[in-house]
Amino acid sequence: MMATSYSAKDEDGHITVSGPGAGTLRSKKPENTAFKQQRLPAWQPILTAGTVLPAFFIIGLIFIPIGIGLYVTSNNIKEFEIDYTGVDMSSPCFNCSQNYSWNSTRPCTCTIPFYLETPYESNVFMYYGLSNFYQNHRRYVKSRDDSQLNGDVGSLQKPSKECEPYAYHENRPVAPCGAIANSMFNDTLELFYNNPNGTKLQIPLTSTGIAWWTDKHVKFRNPGNDPNLTAAFQGTTKPVNWRRPVYELDSDPENNGFINEDFIVWMRTAALPTFRKLYRIIQKKNSMVPTLPRGNYTLEVVYNYPVRRFEGRKRVILSTISWMGGKNPFLGIAYMTVGSVCFLLGVVLLIIHHKYGNRNNSADISN
Amino acid sequence: MDFNRLRSIITRYCVGEESWVDNRTVYIGHKEPPPGAEAYIPQRYPDNRIVSSKYTFWNFIPKNLFEQFRRIANFYFLVIFLVQLIIDTPTSPVTSGLPLFFVITVTAIKQGYEDWLRHKADCSINECPVDVVQRGKVVRTQSHKLRVGDIVVVREDETFPCDLILLSSCRHDGTCYVTTTSLDGESSHKTYYAVPDTMAFRTEQEVDSLHATIECEQPQPDLYKFVGRINIYRDKEEPVARPLGAENLLLRGATLKNTQHVYAVAVYTGMETKMALNYQSKSQKRSAVEKSMNAFLIVYLCILISKAVINTVLKYAWQWSPDRDEPWYNHRTENERQRHVVIRAFTDFLAFMVLFNYIIPVSMYVTVEMQKFLGSYFITWDEEMFDEELGEGAQVNTSDLNEELGQVEYVFTDKTGTLTENNMEFIECCVDGNVYIPHAICNGQILSAASSIDMIDSSPGGYRREHEDLFFRALCLCHTVQVKEEETVDGIKRGIHQGRPTSFYISSSPDEVALVEGMKRLGYTYLRLKDSYMEILNKDDEIERFELLHVLNFDSVRRRMSVIVRSSSGEYLLFCKGADSSIFPRVVSGKLEQVKARVEQNAVEGLRTLCVAYRRLSVSEYEEACHHLTEAKLALQDREQRLAHAYDIIERDFVLLGATAVEDRLQEKAADTIESLHKAGMKVWVLTGDKMETAAATCYASKLFRRSTQILELTKKRTEEQSLHDVLFELNRTVLRQRSISGLSVDCLDFGLIIDGATLSAVLKANQEGAGAGNYREIFLEICRNCSAVLCCRMAPLQKAQIVKLIKASKEHPITLAIGDGANDVSMILEAHVGIGIMGKEGRQAARNSDYAIPKFKHLKKMLLVHGHYYYIRIAELVQYFFYKNVCFIFPQFLYQFFCGFSQQPLYDTAYLTLYNISFTSLPILLYSLVEQHVTMETLKRAPSLYRDIAKNSLLRWPVFLYWTCLGVFDAVIFFFGAYFLFDNTTFTSNGQLMTTNTQMMFGNWTFGTLVFTVLVFTVTLKLALDTHHWTWINHFVIWGSLLFYVIFSLLWGGIIWPFLNYQRMYYVFMQMLSSGPAWLSIILLITVSLLPDVIKKVLCRAMCPTATERAQSTRPCLNVEPSTIFMLSQSSSRMSF
Repeated sequence: MMATSYSAKDEDGHITVSGPGAGTLRSKKPENTAFKQQRLPAWQPILTAGTVLPAFFIIGLIFIPIGIGLYVTSNNIKEFEIDYTGVDMSSPCFNCSQNYSWNSTRPCTCTIPFYLETPYESNVFMYYGLSNFYQNHRRYVKSRDDSQLNGDVGSLQKPSKECEPYAYHENRPVAPCGAIANSMFNDTLELFYNNPNGTKLQIPLTSTGIAWWTDKHVKFRNPGNDPNLTAAFQGTTKPVNWRRPVYELDSDPENNGFINEDFIVWMRTAALPTFRKLYRIIQKKNSMVPTLPRGNYTLEVVYNYPVRRFEGRKRVILSTISWMGGKNPFLGIAYMTVGSVCFLLGVVLLIIHHKYGNRNNSADISN
Repeated sequence: MDFNRLRSIITRYCVGEESWVDNRTVYIGHKEPPPGAEAYIPQRYPDNRIVSSKYTFWNFIPKNLFEQFRRIANFYFLVIFLVQLIIDTPTSPVTSGLPLFFVITVTAIKQGYEDWLRHKADCSINECPVDVVQRGKVVRTQSHKLRVGDIVVVREDETFPCDLILLSSCRHDGTCYVTTTSLDGESSHKTYYAVPDTMAFRTEQEVDSLHATIECEQPQPDLYKFVGRINIYRDKEEPVARPLGAENLLLRGATLKNTQHVYAVAVYTGMETKMALNYQSKSQKRSAVEKSMNAFLIVYLCILISKAVINTVLKYAWQWSPDRDEPWYNHRTENERQRHVVIRAFTDFLAFMVLFNYIIPVSMYVTVEMQKFLGSYFITWDEEMFDEELGEGAQVNTSDLNEELGQVEYVFTDKTGTLTENNMEFIECCVDGNVYIPHAICNGQILSAASSIDMIDSSPGGYRREHEDLFFRALCLCHTVQVKEEETVDGIKRGIHQGRPTSFYISSSPDEVALVEGMKRLGYTYLRLKDSYMEILNKDDEIERFELLHVLNFDSVRRRMSVIVRSSSGEYLLFCKGADSSIFPRVVSGKLEQVKARVEQNAVEGLRTLCVAYRRLSVSEYEEACHHLTEAKLALQDREQRLAHAYDIIERDFVLLGATAVEDRLQEKAADTIESLHKAGMKVWVLTGDKMETAAATCYASKLFRRSTQILELTKKRTEEQSLHDVLFELNRTVLRQRSISGLSVDCLDFGLIIDGATLSAVLKANQEGAGAGNYREIFLEICRNCSAVLCCRMAPLQKAQIVKLIKASKEHPITLAIGDGANDVSMILEAHVGIGIMGKEGRQAARNSDYAIPKFKHLKKMLLVHGHYYYIRIAELVQYFFYKNVCFIFPQFLYQFFCGFSQQPLYDTAYLTLYNISFTSLPILLYSLVEQHVTMETLKRAPSLYRDIAKNSLLRWPVFLYWTCLGVFDAVIFFFGAYFLFDNTTFTSNGQLMTTNTQMMFGNWTFGTLVFTVLVFTVTLKLALDTHHWTWINHFVIWGSLLFYVIFSLLWGGIIWPFLNYQRMYYVFMQMLSSGPAWLSIILLITVSLLPDVIKKVLCRAMCPTATERAQSTRPCLNVEPSTIFMLSQSSSRMSF
């Protein structure tokens, strides 16, 4: 007994676990169970050329068609992109991009004409794209207060310190607080179809249904139960860079305040410095007429958002989508490549298997 | 040992007198010596309190934390955690704090519990009642109140409370029986003796009247050594001094048996008892795998630091323009802006460290510990290693070395009791060249003595008759065998059960038992030792009585023992038995030549031989001998040497009587085991104290040497003819020449080396003299390296350890394993990388000091070839896989920094960062590392050469490590850029057709991370699935279960607005991702691409240049049909690989 009490002594202070104690199992015959004797029934697969071969061919045969399908689908998607940053002197937005100030009361507008060569048949999605904009910067990503956005009244009046330095302005809490909200994209984009007969036809843009359903209905909520948003946001101030307070983002009460979909979309920070965000949807009216027929168009931009200072770019993208989302040639190409590589490897392995497998077998026998 | 020195210094300082550094004086019963003898100085000794606990209630938390954070890994994680607390870092402190807290708490609870148990044990021991004689009365007190000098009464079956000197026992001869099971595991009853002057005390009053002091050495840990002297003062007489030895010292922890009570005086108490001194920490052995793991860790630490440095530098290079550093949309707070740029850079560096710190995971340590701890149970559970006879299976004393069992290159084995049964059987004896062979006993009936003696030489004569009588009496008298008369014996039975259940012979040496048993069969029965008289029942059923005067005990240096007896006719006789080499030089008459011839013949047959001689002493000679002996025994200093000298004087001028031969049979399957070890590429060395011929015969029998083996001898006989230098160089030349001739076919080269202790010490000693001789050691090693088997005979215990050390330190640093069963093997067991003890007949000391203990030598085969092999491949995969999966995990984060402005933005959500190593990927690898069997057990046993495949840490070498790391980096690049291209130049979106709404969703950075993470978890788990060769239901359960767990967790984690979190970044992210077709397609694609290279590598390697293991795997099905195929196969492949 003394001995066992001492044997614990030479353990040093780590997680060293001493083996099963010397005295504990004495004179006990070990149980003859499959587990204890390490004889559990087991499936013992081995990766040999022979067993892997079919797998390679099957992968090849499955991947190549998928790749082709993806590639074709992706190629059928029509996409049109306009860069309206205004870097060049010739660009219509050059002036707007040059003299810019947050406080200017008169909005600067510019008009960009473009020509669509093919008609866009189904619903068209309109995106704005920014480049060199680090929405994934750590300081930026965390600069938000999710409980404030979820309608928590306490957080509304007392934003989280993560929002610093965009939490308070002139000693009043900012709603919505944080760098993300403060830098919300605020260009207004309008699309006009130039009828061949000379009339300019504004294309109706749907601004709802662009955010995640769960975001709009669960994650983002206006504070309080007060339908009067002005009252609900009493005591707060608008973000510094905003022109209007949050309760004036839209006239539609279902799309106003924190549940404004443009706002929600913006709040989902992008993964990479070059990104697109959904701006509007152009709904297909009837099946006879294409959503966007071939022809001349005009894009009217209210140029508010400065990107030149950090060498950013602004774009507008018009795109149709398919079952697999937007235009995405990479996935199709990747599938086709991997499929063919697998197929090729299958062939190589077949040769190897034939050559070495036989040799090995014969060696086995001769030995 | 430093501790001892420190204590002696303290003692010296406290006591203030030099002489007590080495000796202590104990005043029995605290009585002052009579005036004039010596000044009475009360000395201070510790009380008898045993403190085995480490902590007290108050210091537990600080001390335990300190102990835990002394471990470098824990400290590292603590630093990371503190950094996270102090500075603004990308991940919350919870991510590293939680696992660390968990590990620390669990360890603290475990250690606290253990310490509490120790406290309880200490308490019960310290408070157990002890009877002390005070003023002639027995007083009951508590154990911890005992002090040095107290006279203690111990009753039967009680444990001694401290180290005591036996004063008297209730037996008339002043002896008592003691079992030291709890000290050294030996369950035999040992006899302890009281000093003759005190043994007559019967009552408390008598004991209390004793006036004596004991002088003895300061406490030292050797259990079997004690030197002291008792001075007994009688009224106005010169004090009587009596020597005290280990046979007078009752050790704490031992138990009194078969004796009603004893009186004894305490000499060492509390932490100074030999038991307490013995349990001070043993040095920790570390396995080769652990060393590789630490090397890999350092590499990863370098990678981590360089990653952080690169990112910090790039960050500041990139941020040079203020619009990048602080664009209008992303300002710093005032506080941050005011910070100095150097401080900012430093905090950035720390933040990067924190971001990438997961590359060295806490969980790896936990998993490795768990794997070792749980894995070691398979050894104890193994039914095949259970010995019915002994009733015990294998024991694991340390689980740290499991995988080292798969790496052994040198096996050092003891001969007696390890290779052989140590179950001696008397074969024959020869008296003056006449051979006597006892017939076998049938059903316990001893055949009549006359018929059992085979008369070869029938020439009768008085001279011969006299020698014969003396010879048999010598064997009946010259031993230390005890007769056990009870029917039930505690512990292991010694000696052969003799039909009559009433008496056993018990001895620490099985040879002696065999000899006495043999004599019994030849008609001379040793009855008992009673009151110093040995009784013998001779052939004519008459009882002869001899007075036992002195026993000159056996020791391994003299290699003989003697007794001096007085026969009933008043003759003084000295009988001596011992090894031939130690008897022959001392013989003056007798038929030396005949006996020598017979001894040599027997030795060649592998029998253990002993020679017997006698000497008639005249009264004056006897008295002189007595004088020498008592003088030596009384000496306080150098007693051993003086005794040896006295023995040397007494044991001379012998008349040779004859010789005996005892067979020690080989253990079951010893030859098979050795052959397997050879085939597995291990070099087997036999280290024995036995004679060269006997040992060599055993080696041939156990197939260590084969007929084809060319034996090289490096023995004293040879070095006497030539100088050591010449012999060494000649042997070396032989070996080298042979190798150069037979260059290609390695099989021809089969050398066996025989070296004896004397030559070995010459070889080793030459080195110390230096000056050119130093290369003897190198030459010797060179010779050994080319020998498949080495036999070292005539070895002293310490030499065994020296050999092990020599090989360990040679330039290849091979992994050594020592196996033995006796106390003389302990030093080598402790020295070798892996020490294995056999639970043998010579007590439990070897088993107690070993890392693993097995019942029989044959179990070594399964231990190494099956368990060792499994443990090694399991832990190797575990280590490599852990590094791989963390490269896969962290490298995408590193790449992401290039796309987020080096802002330390984590790619994954906090929950994923924390749980990746703890729950998503931990169980599959843990269970894999417990149950994986890449080849079946039968195959491993049948083809020992598979062991060569994993030799020299082959699965953890740098190329393999590099391969795994590159694979990790490749996979990480695939994960990251796969996701990148899907997100970058396209709108990676879903049209929501799978969802109820028709919105088109945009994916943000968290979806990006989740996509990468999903691919990561699946790839890493499936990679393990590809490596699994043994799919039991457990593997299926954990692999598919943990994938399922990941999915369910993600659904849950994203499915609710978690009220206690201040961010909801993961809300519905996982579901939205799964609702998108391209996400599914890309997950499948990326997993396929990531696994592809590994599959191809595996298939190609197997097809082009399969290892023996792989061949064994693929030929598995035909194994059952043709068992020899695999055998030949593996041989041929192993030949190819060497």
